[in-house]
Amino acid sequence: MSEPERHGAAGTENPSEPERRLKAPRRRAGSRVTRSRRNVAWTGIGALVVVVVLALFPYLVYAGTTTIMVQGFIVLTLACMWNLLAGYAGLVSVGQQAFVGLGAYFVLILALHGISPFAALPVAAIGCGVAALPLWWLVSRLRSGYFAIATWVLAATVMLIIEKFSSIGGGTGMPLPGLSGYDPTLLTADTYWAGLAVTVIALAATYLVLRGRLGLVLTAIRDDEVAARSSGVRVGLARMLVFVIAGIGCGAAGALLAISQLQVQPTSVFSVQWTAEMAFAVIIGGIGTIEGPILGTIVYMVLQQTLQSYNAWYLIILGLVAIVIALFARRGLWGLADDHLHIRLFPVGYWLWAPDSRGRRGLGLRRTGRHS
Amino acid sequence: MVWVNDIIQGVLTGGLYALFACGLSLMFGVMKVVNLAHGDLAIIGGYVALGVIAVTHIPVLWSFVVVVPIMAVLGYALQRIVIQAALDRGALTTLIVTFGLSVVIEAGLLQFINANSHSLGVGNAIITSSFSVGSQIQIAYLLLLIFVVAVVVLLGLQYFLSASKYGRMIRAVADDREAAQLSGVDYRHVFGIAAAIAFGTVALAGIGYGMYSQFAPTTGTDTILLFAFAAVVIGGLGSLWGTLLGGVVLGVAQQIGAQINISDEVLAGYLVFLAVLILRPQGLTTRRAQS
Repeated sequence: MSEPERHGAAGTENPSEPERRLKAPRRRAGSRVTRSRRNVAWTGIGALVVVVVLALFPYLVYAGTTTIMVQGFIVLTLACMWNLLAGYAGLVSVGQQAFVGLGAYFVLILALHGISPFAALPVAAIGCGVAALPLWWLVSRLRSGYFAIATWVLAATVMLIIEKFSSIGGGTGMPLPGLSGYDPTLLTADTYWAGLAVTVIALAATYLVLRGRLGLVLTAIRDDEVAARSSGVRVGLARMLVFVIAGIGCGAAGALLAISQLQVQPTSVFSVQWTAEMAFAVIIGGIGTIEGPILGTIVYMVLQQTLQSYNAWYLIILGLVAIVIALFARRGLWGLADDHLHIRLFPVGYWLWAPDSRGRRGLGLRRTGRHS
Repeated sequence: MVWVNDIIQGVLTGGLYALFACGLSLMFGVMKVVNLAHGDLAIIGGYVALGVIAVTHIPVLWSFVVVVPIMAVLGYALQRIVIQAALDRGALTTLIVTFGLSVVIEAGLLQFINANSHSLGVGNAIITSSFSVGSQIQIAYLLLLIFVVAVVVLLGLQYFLSASKYGRMIRAVADDREAAQLSGVDYRHVFGIAAAIAFGTVALAGIGYGMYSQFAPTTGTDTILLFAFAAVVIGGLGSLWGTLLGGVVLGVAQQIGAQINISDEVLAGYLVFLAVLILRPQGLTTRRAQS
């Protein structure tokens, strides 16, 4: 934020460094401010094409592939939410499995009352958002590491309470009713579409949140919390909103999990492994960017599929990679790519264009973006 | 009489929880590190004890003579090599790195050892026997021993921090790192020593837990980390005696919970933790609000 960042090939044919620095902050006649370096319409059309192609997958590939992709959708949705929490709101939650579990159980409860699990999915997501409010009240007083373990304890408590109700399976869980009459092929396809819809909504919501006022507030908090507070930013309110949004997203992912596994088992849906997966995907891909979780999820899925016959190896490797990246490449793989390519698939900041740049080399004056 | 027994058992189990918690408390107090791998390191201590006993055949009660130094060295190395690097990069990185360590340790134990439960000192007379007070109260020698060890460790730590040269250095660095550095203290070395002490207490706790109950790779996070953390929060952040009180409150709450319904043991402990979080977020012993 302190100074405009340079973009374009380092050195070569550019004016010398001090000259640029002098020129950069002055806003000259004919300069303009845009969201993106390239025409944003192309990104939009590109995203639309990707979604349409993905939507056609059940007609194009085997059911095994779509089943794996549903797992990917679940991880990506979770990663988007964890990225909002840790990357923007500074809330390192290790208890997001509480919402995964609650989402799964809300679907189960509604299905036991005769509601189709697919119709129950959005209701479960909203229910998790409502449940996030009292849980936020409990943990909001704690900071940093204590917040992390408190959310973990909270998730364990929620699981222990749910296990007390034998009508929803008690400690052993139960199969998800309401889908037995479904044609298996159609069920696989419908699950896939539901997963795609949840993921697209999660990504779009993250993008819109970050472009809007809340995004501005979150970026201010991320960069300097004290400065943000003294400028009148309501930090607590912003964090609560993010916690609730993340609750809704993780709840939707949990509902999807229940539908894809056709059963709900407390120790599985409330496992801390969900938080490990979402956190590692975010760290590896690049925390504090929207593109990072997507890249991280792809890496995660490739590792998981390649190493799945070696039991716990994929978690060991994933954890080690996440530690190394957290220590030595804090902006993740997307950060490394961004350094060389300057791509932004989801432009949430602003670019200042000098009048003589002819659209090739803008002076980035971005509101959000680089994680410093 | 049943309730008296519950309270006595709870207080004694609380000693074990305090032993778990004091390493967590020390590392937070000195380095501001919340070590999410704390529980898994205790389990490593248990496995190291298992290995040491299998190789050297020393009595289980004396295994700490070997295990504590091993864990202390591991603590110093881990602090200097990994945790210090994370600390230099900020709180978020520290949390992610210790969480990563936790997951890697747990998955590693599952991969290289197995998912079976182990315990230490099966068949050892002192560990399994108990004595009676009155007609209804049975006190296990082991729990009493662990409680005494916990009190001794906390007293020793208190004395060490207030009276010894390294203790002064640790307090100085915790108070004001720059000022301590200007006076010629290498804070990295001091952090390493604090980590070594914390890991030593973790090793004791791991051995104690291994004798008291069974442990498996997942025990580290499922119970130890969360119990230790609950004890720290109930007692008050950064206070060693608060940690003992927190452990005792947690232990008594669990015993009373188990008395009401055997499956509610763990839940009762967490509910007390949440109640403290709501009513007295600064903990039972600390006076000023936590920043």
